[in-house]
Amino acid sequence: MTTEASSRRIGQAFDTDELVLNMGPQHPSTHGVLRVVLRLDGERVVDCDCVIGYIHRGVEKLCENRDWTQIILLTDRMDYVAAATSNLGYVETVEKLMQIEVPRRARYIRTILAELQRIASHCLWLGTHAMDIGAMTVLLYSFREREHVLDLFEEFCGARLTYNSMRVGGLPLDIPSGWDKRVSEFCDLMETKLDEYEELLTNNRIWVGRTRDVGVISGEEATALGLCGPPLRGSGVLRDLRKDEPNAAYEEFDFDIPLGTRGDTYDRYLIRLEEFKQSIRIIRQAIAGLPEGPIMGKVPRLLKPPAGETYHAIESPKGEIGYFIASDGRSTNPYRFRVRPPSFCNLQGLRRLVKGHLVADVVALIGTIDIVLGEVDR
Amino acid sequence: MADEIKPDSPPSTETPKVAPPKPPASVAPKKPAAKAPPEPPSGPTDPEPPEDLEIPGYVQALQAGVPGAVNQVTYWVGDWSVIVSADRLLEVMNFLRNDAATDFDYCSDITATDWPPRQQRFDVIYCLYSTRLRHRLRVKVRAAEGEAVSSVTGIWAGANWLEREVYDQFGVNIVNHPDLRRILMPDEWQGHPQRKDYPLEGPGEFLMEDPQDWLSLWNLPDEAGEADIE
Repeated sequence: MTTEASSRRIGQAFDTDELVLNMGPQHPSTHGVLRVVLRLDGERVVDCDCVIGYIHRGVEKLCENRDWTQIILLTDRMDYVAAATSNLGYVETVEKLMQIEVPRRARYIRTILAELQRIASHCLWLGTHAMDIGAMTVLLYSFREREHVLDLFEEFCGARLTYNSMRVGGLPLDIPSGWDKRVSEFCDLMETKLDEYEELLTNNRIWVGRTRDVGVISGEEATALGLCGPPLRGSGVLRDLRKDEPNAAYEEFDFDIPLGTRGDTYDRYLIRLEEFKQSIRIIRQAIAGLPEGPIMGKVPRLLKPPAGETYHAIESPKGEIGYFIASDGRSTNPYRFRVRPPSFCNLQGLRRLVKGHLVADVVALIGTIDIVLGEVDR
Repeated sequence: MADEIKPDSPPSTETPKVAPPKPPASVAPKKPAAKAPPEPPSGPTDPEPPEDLEIPGYVQALQAGVPGAVNQVTYWVGDWSVIVSADRLLEVMNFLRNDAATDFDYCSDITATDWPPRQQRFDVIYCLYSTRLRHRLRVKVRAAEGEAVSSVTGIWAGANWLEREVYDQFGVNIVNHPDLRRILMPDEWQGHPQRKDYPLEGPGEFLMEDPQDWLSLWNLPDEAGEADIE
């Protein structure tokens, strides 16, 4: 056997072709039916492509064939871990289209619900994100607190996940007696639990090692890519629609917008932890100043907005959820119903984030952008 | 609380359904007999801004910076939008992105509406936002079936998936897009579901008529995974 032939054989044995690896659609850490096709050079990701649409239900088409009130419960089923903010964005868009004045009490309660929802959504994010990286305990802790929020929602409207909790012009229900007191108690409890999370993760060497400098993206790039919510603020871009274009009652409360400096996964983690605290701060102010009064504005029973188009966006736990709605002014359903889903736009950034990282980091990066496939696919 | 109709809302056309008693003053007399369905609307209202409202600086800057490109300025419930012609879209978008007075560095959303009776049936709508100046503007382009609409992915990288969705759901011919594939529907899907002439429950079971059509779905080439990544 000649040396040349043997070296050729060895060359074939250590073939350095790129490998295409399918991650998902059935994979525990893609948070639903997301398929990520990875092109690998060894363990490094060269490129990736997200294949979505596995649970596309045609919500937009369906909404164009339902009346304006029926749509509220379809919005529940998009971002099903933050249904109340989806409801809020939709009803406010219709209110803008019809120029309806919402009573102050209803706006306060909506703000409380939206912030409770942010806490619940971030709890789910924290637990699953930490478990993807390998910290099992955090999941058990954060789901325990999420359970409290779901109990509060159940007491308010009877449902634990898909609330159908708002109506065009106000709210279907006033808060039950004693509910505001229980929300305050929950805020006190949550504050102590946040310290527990921080103790487990913030200075944990493994956690820092897995998240520091992983998925770094600059502010300009994140803006051009259309990232929104914590992934955008993690890169230091000051953009929170609660401050920029205040909806509900946000302009009446004091709160801060946390910003990142490095734009990595660890910064995005710190931002969401700080958002817990800011949400608690907003809820406390809203409970303390909760005004008396009606919870429903003057709204006709059969909604029929005048002809016109509008776009309205609010800050959901995932980022900017926007609704573009066109009414033809004569039928009882929208002519065009469009959602700008924050998860969809953030997921688009995954391709940019994973380049050059290890396969194991892909899991961390899917976790850090906090997607819900029900909203991506609609 | 809610039984009365707002005086300025258009009168209902479906009397049999809305049975509850209403204040008679606000309801116009109607014929109960079934009528032929009304004609589909042929386009959005695109209302002109009121006379006493000043056009914001960023729209004026656009009109001055790209003369003749803005066909119409519209205003409705606080939203400003401009209608531009499709062939000057890139020129307008480049100006909006780069000029200091406009500075639209964030593309919130790209979507479309379908108005089948109109010859240029599609409105492609770009919702822009400026993270520094904090203003919004909608840019609207009209396109006929097959008419080319330039991709804006070169200006905002985030337009990529949004334009793919417009192509997938409406079949708007977006040109110079780096990766124009379907996104929500399967690759082999026929038709574009968000069009108004596409039935709600789908086009029927056309795939089932010939079993070969069904089978061809499963006989995908082996390198399908690799083809996806391009």
